[in-house]
Amino acid sequence: MSGYLTFERVTRVHGQGAASVTALRAASLSVARGELVAVMGPSGSGKSTLLTLAGGLDRPTEGTVRVDGVDLRSLTRSGLAEVRRTKVGYVFQGFNLIPSLTAAENVALPLELDGLGGRESRRLAQEALAEVGLVDEAARFPDDLSGGQQQRVAIARGVVGDRRLLLADEPTGALDSQTGEDVMRLIRERCDAGAAGMVVTHDARHAAWADRVLFIRDGMVVDESASEPVDVLLAGDAR
Amino acid sequence: MSVKHALLSLLAQEPMYGYQLRAEFESRTGATWPLNIGQVYTTLGRLERDGLVAADEPGADGQHHYRITDDGRTAVLDWFATPVARDQARRDEVAMKFAFAVTSPGVDVGAVLQAQRRATMKALQDYTRLKRSGDPAEGREELSWSLVVDSLIFAAEAEIRWLDHCEARVRRYAAAPAAPAAAPAAAPPATRAKPATGAEHAEEAAR
Repeated sequence: MSGYLTFERVTRVHGQGAASVTALRAASLSVARGELVAVMGPSGSGKSTLLTLAGGLDRPTEGTVRVDGVDLRSLTRSGLAEVRRTKVGYVFQGFNLIPSLTAAENVALPLELDGLGGRESRRLAQEALAEVGLVDEAARFPDDLSGGQQQRVAIARGVVGDRRLLLADEPTGALDSQTGEDVMRLIRERCDAGAAGMVVTHDARHAAWADRVLFIRDGMVVDESASEPVDVLLAGDAR
Repeated sequence: MSVKHALLSLLAQEPMYGYQLRAEFESRTGATWPLNIGQVYTTLGRLERDGLVAADEPGADGQHHYRITDDGRTAVLDWFATPVARDQARRDEVAMKFAFAVTSPGVDVGAVLQAQRRATMKALQDYTRLKRSGDPAEGREELSWSLVVDSLIFAAEAEIRWLDHCEARVRRYAAAPAAPAAAPAAAPPATRAKPATGAEHAEEAAR
C-alpha cells in the first residue's frame, strides 16, 4: 500500500478478560497524500479509536499503524511524540484554542513546542493563516472570532509547518450548515494541496466531501463508497 | 416537476424560441433534469392551446418566438405564490423496498440497508463533487443551479439518516429478548394495525 497513513489488521481491545471491549477489530485501510477519507458509523462504533490510533495517541493491541512509512509501534515514547508534533495535525470539534493567545500564537504554538525559533514559527503561522483566509485576524483573540473563524484557526494550526496528516474529529460539529460546508471545503483544499486527511463525522453531507467514505460498525470497517470523477458526471452519466 | 411553469417563468422575462428555452432551463438547473427539445415544443403547444403563450410569426431565422400572455403571467404568479402540496405521500421505492424486506422471511435486511446506503452515499459524493466544480464567485445562474444541487444533497443526506435510523431500530428489535416471537401471537390487533397503513401506501402507490 502506498498510503501515507496505513492500518494493517489493527485491533484495539480496552481492558482485559470478561470486562474487555474490542473497540476496533482487524481494521485495514490506507489514506494517500492528496486524499481525503471520511469515517462514519454509529456512536461507539470505533470511529474515534481509529483516529487516536492514526495520530499515535493510542497504541493498537494487534496489527500495524504506519505514518509516512514508519511503524508507530517501533517508536519510543519520544519518537512517537515527535511524529505527532511534526507530521500529524488535529482538528477537534471544540477547536481547543487557547483563549489567552492570539490566532497567530495559537497556530505557532506547536512549532515553538517543537523547538523552532519564535520568528520562524510566527512566519509559518502567518502563512498557514493566509491559507485559510485569516490574514487580517492574526492578532485577534479566539473570543473575538466567529465559530467558523475559530475553526479555521484550528485547521491552520493542524496544517502549519510540514504536517501532512490531517486528522479531524467532527470538525463541523458545532457549526451551522454553511460554515460547516466552508470548513469541509478548506479541509478538502488542504488535501488537494498534498495532505492526507481523515475526517470522522456523523454527517453524511460533510462526509461526502471525501474521496472515500468508510463506514464502521462494532469496530469493523464494513463498507466503503467512492465517488466518480467529476468529468464523468458532467458528461451526463450521473446515476 | 412542472416543466410548464418553469418555461412560463422564463417567458415572463422575455420572448424566446424553443432551443433558447431549453438552454435557459438547463443553465438554471445545471442539467440536473435533462429536458429534450421535443418536450419543450410539446409543452409550448399545450401552453399555446391554453392561451398562456402566443407564437409569433417565424422571424428571419425561421424560428417561432413565443411570448407570454396576461393569463400566462397570472399562472406564473400563482405558481410562485402556491406552495407545492405534500399531501400525497410520494412513492418512495427505497421506503417501500425496506418495508417489504423487513417483513419477508429469509431477506438479509442489513445487506439491503448497506447496499442502499453505499449507493446513496456515492450519489451524495457525486453531487458534492458537482457542486465543488462550480465557480464559487457566484452569479445568479450559478446560485440557481447550485441550490438545485443542494436540494439533491439534502435529500440524499436525509435518506442516509433514515437508513441509519432503520438500522438502529432493526438492531434494537432483533436484540429485544423474546418479544419479536411473542408479539404477533399475543397481540393480533396491534399487528393488524401496522399492515393496514402498509396497505394504504400500496394503494397509493398503485394509483
